[in-house]
Amino acid sequence: MIEKQKKFTLASLVLVAAMLVLVIVLDQVIKPTDSMSMLLKVLQKGSIYALAAVSMNLLNGFTGLFSLGHAGFMLIGAYTYAIFTIPSDARDVVYQYYDAAVRLSFPEALSSVLGPFGTLLGVTLAIIAAGLVAALVAYLIGLPVLRLKSDYLAIATLGFAEVIRAVFQWGKLGPVTNGSNPLKSFVRINSFQIHLGGVSVSLSTFVPVLLSTVCIGLIVLLVNSTYGRSFKAIRDDEVAAEAMGVNLARHKMLSFCISSFFAGVSGAGLAMVLGISQASNFKSAMTYEILLMVVLGGIGSISGSCIGAMLFIAASEWWLRGLDSGSFLGINAPGVFRNGFRLVVFSVIIMIVVLFFRRGIMGDRELPDLLSRRRRRRKTGKGGGSNG
Amino acid sequence: MDLMNTVLPYLLSGVSVGGQYALIAIGYTMVYGILRLINFAHGDVFMVAGLMMVYLSASLPLYLAVPLVAVLTVLLGFAIERVAYKPLRTAPRMSVMISAIGVSYLLQNLALYITGGLNKNYPTIPWISDQITVFGAPTKRVTLITPFLTVALVVILVWLINHTKAGMAMRAVSRDFETAQLMGIRINNVISVTFVIGSFLAAVGSMLYFSNYPGVVPTSGGMPGLKAFVAAVFGGIGSIPGAVIGAFIIGVCENIIKGLDVILQTLGVLKEPLELATFSDAFTFVLLIVILVFKPTGLFGEKTTDKV
Amino acid sequence: MKKRFALLLAVAMVLSLAACGGNSGNGSSSDGSTNGGSGGGKVVKIGVFEPQSGDNGAGGKQEILGMQYANQETPTVEIGGETYTVELVYADNQSSNDKAPSAAQTLVSGGVSIVLGSYGSGVSIAASDTFGDAGVPAMGVTCTNPQVTAGNSHYFRICFLDPFQGTVLANFAKDEFGATKAYCLAKQGDDYSVGLCNYFQEAFGKENCVYETFPEGTSDYSSYVTNAKNSGAQVFFAPVSTEAAALIIDQAATQSLGLPILAGDTWDSNVITAAAQGKDVDINVTTFYQEGGNPTFDEGVKAWINSDSTALANNNGNDMIAAVTAMGYDAYYVALEALKKAGATDPNSVLLALPSVEYDGVSGHIAFDEVGDAIRDVAYVKHCNTATGAWEFVTQQGV
Repeated sequence: MIEKQKKFTLASLVLVAAMLVLVIVLDQVIKPTDSMSMLLKVLQKGSIYALAAVSMNLLNGFTGLFSLGHAGFMLIGAYTYAIFTIPSDARDVVYQYYDAAVRLSFPEALSSVLGPFGTLLGVTLAIIAAGLVAALVAYLIGLPVLRLKSDYLAIATLGFAEVIRAVFQWGKLGPVTNGSNPLKSFVRINSFQIHLGGVSVSLSTFVPVLLSTVCIGLIVLLVNSTYGRSFKAIRDDEVAAEAMGVNLARHKMLSFCISSFFAGVSGAGLAMVLGISQASNFKSAMTYEILLMVVLGGIGSISGSCIGAMLFIAASEWWLRGLDSGSFLGINAPGVFRNGFRLVVFSVIIMIVVLFFRRGIMGDRELPDLLSRRRRRRKTGKGGGSNG
Repeated sequence: MDLMNTVLPYLLSGVSVGGQYALIAIGYTMVYGILRLINFAHGDVFMVAGLMMVYLSASLPLYLAVPLVAVLTVLLGFAIERVAYKPLRTAPRMSVMISAIGVSYLLQNLALYITGGLNKNYPTIPWISDQITVFGAPTKRVTLITPFLTVALVVILVWLINHTKAGMAMRAVSRDFETAQLMGIRINNVISVTFVIGSFLAAVGSMLYFSNYPGVVPTSGGMPGLKAFVAAVFGGIGSIPGAVIGAFIIGVCENIIKGLDVILQTLGVLKEPLELATFSDAFTFVLLIVILVFKPTGLFGEKTTDKV
Repeated sequence: MKKRFALLLAVAMVLSLAACGGNSGNGSSSDGSTNGGSGGGKVVKIGVFEPQSGDNGAGGKQEILGMQYANQETPTVEIGGETYTVELVYADNQSSNDKAPSAAQTLVSGGVSIVLGSYGSGVSIAASDTFGDAGVPAMGVTCTNPQVTAGNSHYFRICFLDPFQGTVLANFAKDEFGATKAYCLAKQGDDYSVGLCNYFQEAFGKENCVYETFPEGTSDYSSYVTNAKNSGAQVFFAPVSTEAAALIIDQAATQSLGLPILAGDTWDSNVITAAAQGKDVDINVTTFYQEGGNPTFDEGVKAWINSDSTALANNNGNDMIAAVTAMGYDAYYVALEALKKAGATDPNSVLLALPSVEYDGVSGHIAFDEVGDAIRDVAYVKHCNTATGAWEFVTQQGV
């Protein structure tokens, strides 16, 4: 059994590696003006949203804490990342109405010492800082709100997310956050180009995919550890968990902070993908969208969240776009297929999933589970056939 | 006296908007009292009522459009409950809440599709939209009517709940779902009645609100909805008078905050403006968090008032 | 059951992927055939990157009207000795910075030679990198934030900028109304109104301004109107989106504000005149074009709008010409000039040709400076006649 498990882990690692290689290849093959370049956009944004969805799932699906503050933590991550990666010569242009207070850029400072590797290290540091600041704020928020139960917790976290947004947009904090105006010109995914001789290798899709793969990997490890089992115990029955010696307050706080850490990281990733970071993007609607991704994929399934996020982004930004612009799948009906129809179809699909496929695509199983069980069933099926 | 003149207009707007929040908050608090469900779609029902008025009044005279809007909103609320919440009655609470968020998403997107995302001008309802002057502060008549109408509706509602059979059934269901069922109360009917009442009040609220602020967009329901919910929590969820008082407090506080820079400068406390108006919405949520932490049952906790 | 559902979804996913691949394949092959086919069947695509929903949906639609009318007037262009049919490709950026990059990507992957838009600076800034990475030139029509063109070589614009507009408005407030104190209202989180308020305050004197922001989703502006009255200001400056503007006008009238209201180019829309008609308000705006500036253009647009029910609906139900429509019209012709000058349809050639393009449009002479901004030194000031619900020309104001 253990050997099987090992084989299994190895297989999934190989699969992940193959996926990453494929992404690099796609990155080189597809040019921005190709019609398939939407695939890259979807992969970039989808992978970041997958991380956001998985981190929400850690809290909502694995620990059973229904929190709606995700957009707020992503906002903190996006801003932290942006503030610490804007190069100094661009800073005055970006902070057009303010005198920038923070003038430190990690990638710039490190690249002057370590060269290109320093840039990479600086970006990594900025991403980690994004997560840490988000986790710290989560800790402070968690002190009062984690005492609340289900719906009250949901509303309180939703409220905190709105408060965070208001604070970041406050004119008096302008020297740090640039007030209501967007932060831009920081290191974004297209900055990752390797020039080897005359060949340039673009890593603009690989970087976000790698970022979320690593983070999701860490979350998988966490979920399978003793901590993960404690989280699940809390979800299933708080009283029983406590009786078994699980420290409720500590584990809830841990889960809340870790989830927020990865939410902050995904916010940083989103800033890298969009190339702009502005508080008005991180409304409660964003939290709802991430929640719907989690639901679509199945609450309590990590691979489900990834699939849900990818499907959600691909459908809403790419596949269903025809529904907005007159013709879809060869049907031409400009009267019906006009602006906004895509979102209507989309929300109807989501309602159908919520009502009739309550457990989402994956339920609480993982992709490997699904495959291995199918294989097993096929075996028994064969056995039955030969007997008959 | 100078201070009074400065503050009065804020109080006036606060009381008016508070009354409109109250009418929405009742829908939240009643549904929560019975189903333990935050009906996220309620704010959007309110918005849809506004849009229906815009479209109906374009082709119908107002005396027909107004009742028709009320009827259609009630039907919408009823349909939402039957389609989106009833099938999930045995499901975990989280699923129902997600379903509510889904309905809210659907209603907003439908409104976006139909209006094309453009601002729709709300029709002027005569008499209540007339300009009047209250203690030297000019405003619309609806500002003055709203609090009285709200209080009157609440008194009627509380009387219905306390003195009719349907009201008794509601109280029983909110106290104990299963026992009420055993006692022969048709739970589904009671829940439907709750949604009907809530939607009706949302329709009335939308007429008052949009007469005051005559523009409807798909997101119009979002903020009022959230604030009304906070009001319901603030007042002690399940308690109708609590929700109403909470709504008035939130409405007044929010408008005072918008004017706080000016008021404090008039008082001589502040020399420099602090742009505090930025926090008029955030304040609502701070209030919510404070009340949840210190008195989770709200101002009028479950014991002191009768619940719906 | 669940597994079947999962399988079903997976199949649907693969199918739709295939469908998209198929579609795009078809698209490119048809492109190929038109390019390969000799003669007049050639098509050049111009991207229209505009909001058609969200806060700026109304303005975006009016801007598109100008382009559509221009396209209908001049549907072909002579490039390198051959006649191309111009096709407008639309992408709705939903007035959202979050959705803008992918909307921009659909245009880029749709094979456009140049992009026009957007109404609203935030979405233009957000999409800028997407165009830049693909080497597709973009031309802002009415996005006035300096950041749109600053620090890049692919974004141009044909309108004036916020620092200019803010100064013009401040001067107008002083000259026309003798104002010594101003009340400024902006929408929190909205770079346009916050930016314009900032430049206005710089020109007017920060110490003489009361500046406030309202949160998104606000409907109740009564307290802000009260603040303005209490502050002792002589002008009310509120360069916000039309949706908020309609509400502000209504509440200013209800509460007898009694101050002149000033605003920027966004307010030059029939949404505003409709909201202000019959009310006691004094509204003045700066804008790019004054109806009557070019009678031939005015007549043509009006006739076209009235003949097309969709266009009429997009223009808010009447035939009043918004300045953004005139700007959209000019933008289309500047794009054609650039294509002619480039002599080819590939984005790169257009990008190289664009800086030296000059054109005399209905909104004035258009030429670009070294940043890529139009060289403009005058703005039109209009006043809303609340009795007739129409704009009246007041003055041309420079810095």
